[in-house]
Amino acid sequence: MSSIAIIDYGMGNLHSIKKAIQHVTDDTVQVTADHDVIMSADRVVLPGVGAIRDCMGEMRKQGVADVAMEAAKSKPFLGICIGMQALLSHSDENNGVACFDLFPGNIHHFPKKIDDQSGELMKIPHMGWNQVTQNGSHPLWANIPQDSRFYFVHSYYLPTDNFAHTVGSCHYAAPFVAALAKDNVFAVQFHPEKSHTVGLQLLENFTQWNG
Amino acid sequence: MSLAKRIIPCLDVRDGRVVKGVQFVDIRDAGDPVEVARRYDREGADEITFLDITASSDNRDTIVHVVEQVAGEVFIPLTVGGGIRCTDDIRRMLNAGADKVGINTAAVFNPEFVKEAADKFGSQCIVVAIDAKCVSAESEPKKWEIFTHGGRKGTGLDAIEWAQKMTDYGAGEILLTSMDQDGTKVGFDLELTAAVSHAVSIPVIASGGVGNLDHLVEGITKGHADAVLAASIFHFAEYSVEEAKLHMQKHGIEVRL
Repeated sequence: MSSIAIIDYGMGNLHSIKKAIQHVTDDTVQVTADHDVIMSADRVVLPGVGAIRDCMGEMRKQGVADVAMEAAKSKPFLGICIGMQALLSHSDENNGVACFDLFPGNIHHFPKKIDDQSGELMKIPHMGWNQVTQNGSHPLWANIPQDSRFYFVHSYYLPTDNFAHTVGSCHYAAPFVAALAKDNVFAVQFHPEKSHTVGLQLLENFTQWNG
Repeated sequence: MSLAKRIIPCLDVRDGRVVKGVQFVDIRDAGDPVEVARRYDREGADEITFLDITASSDNRDTIVHVVEQVAGEVFIPLTVGGGIRCTDDIRRMLNAGADKVGINTAAVFNPEFVKEAADKFGSQCIVVAIDAKCVSAESEPKKWEIFTHGGRKGTGLDAIEWAQKMTDYGAGEILLTSMDQDGTKVGFDLELTAAVSHAVSIPVIASGGVGNLDHLVEGITKGHADAVLAASIFHFAEYSVEEAKLHMQKHGIEVRL
């Protein structure tokens, strides 16, 4: 039987993601900060909510930053929300925070924008169900219809411009990367664990993916 | 293609049962919260909100068990409000599987609590619940005041200013209930909803007064809400969540189907 490690750095609600993964697999699912458990797991999930400075800071403080990066370079790896943003070079949040730099790119705050249809200022955070366009095929998109709605909640985004690893895109005030992938890494801005059937399908696909 | 407007069924839970009363009297039993949540999930609810109205603190744990059970099988965002007074309360709800908590009275008595909570858990999980009542005379410009204790106690706080202050303090969303309309089934207070929605940069959930599906449409088109919350029209199976969404779509509102 395979095992999945969800990296715990003391932030956010990891129970949701654990429960959702357990719902789609009989694999062992552990929420852990233990270096050995993470490195011996077959698959690793880096979740995240809240602000990027606290997220990066806590990962370093809890000593999981290095092991997270090791895992991202060596085994099937799923980043979620801030867990995706942390993989980029830099985020503008909290007056600028250096991230893992696994992918070149900068995370920006959504611009203040008037909605074309309603003529109203678009609310931030981008919160709710929005459509994700799959840019090309990927094993993690298996059995998920094109333009399915996933649940998002975020104020910062990765622009699609000049980003080479987009596999899913979305639009809110600006076009942004909803999913990125390269080699053994897949990372999403939305919350699959809160995205009903399509989210569960993505998690199930991850449990069967060998990177 | 754009962000869908959300429909959020709300379950008022007392001592482990879903209840519904008209303006807090004449309470009717509406079933087992886990069963009800399952049904809403099947019907396509975008989120589910639990409002714990248990009077005695002895029975506070019942809501935790309800959330735990629902979170194990319903994979959409879950919000829990009622009795959230300290960061330990928030932690307990998040650990049970909630994604957001609604802070109401505690915010009024200690606004710093909202700041502390947003700092600690992130704005995305802090919903500030505002219960407002119109206090202006008919000839005057409209004015709404924050009320606590189920609409019985005035606070002197202006609802619009309060919503802005809570946004500044780190709220991720506002759940706005009109105490004048709540339970009346005559529709949202659309003026109040539009005034608050235009005054803040964060999403606003309209609540209080839904009696039919047109009311949900108005909440979005005239109240300019980002989401609409309703309880009794769904509890007693007058309408399903799916019917509500189809109705909204028919009126040109983007929904998730």
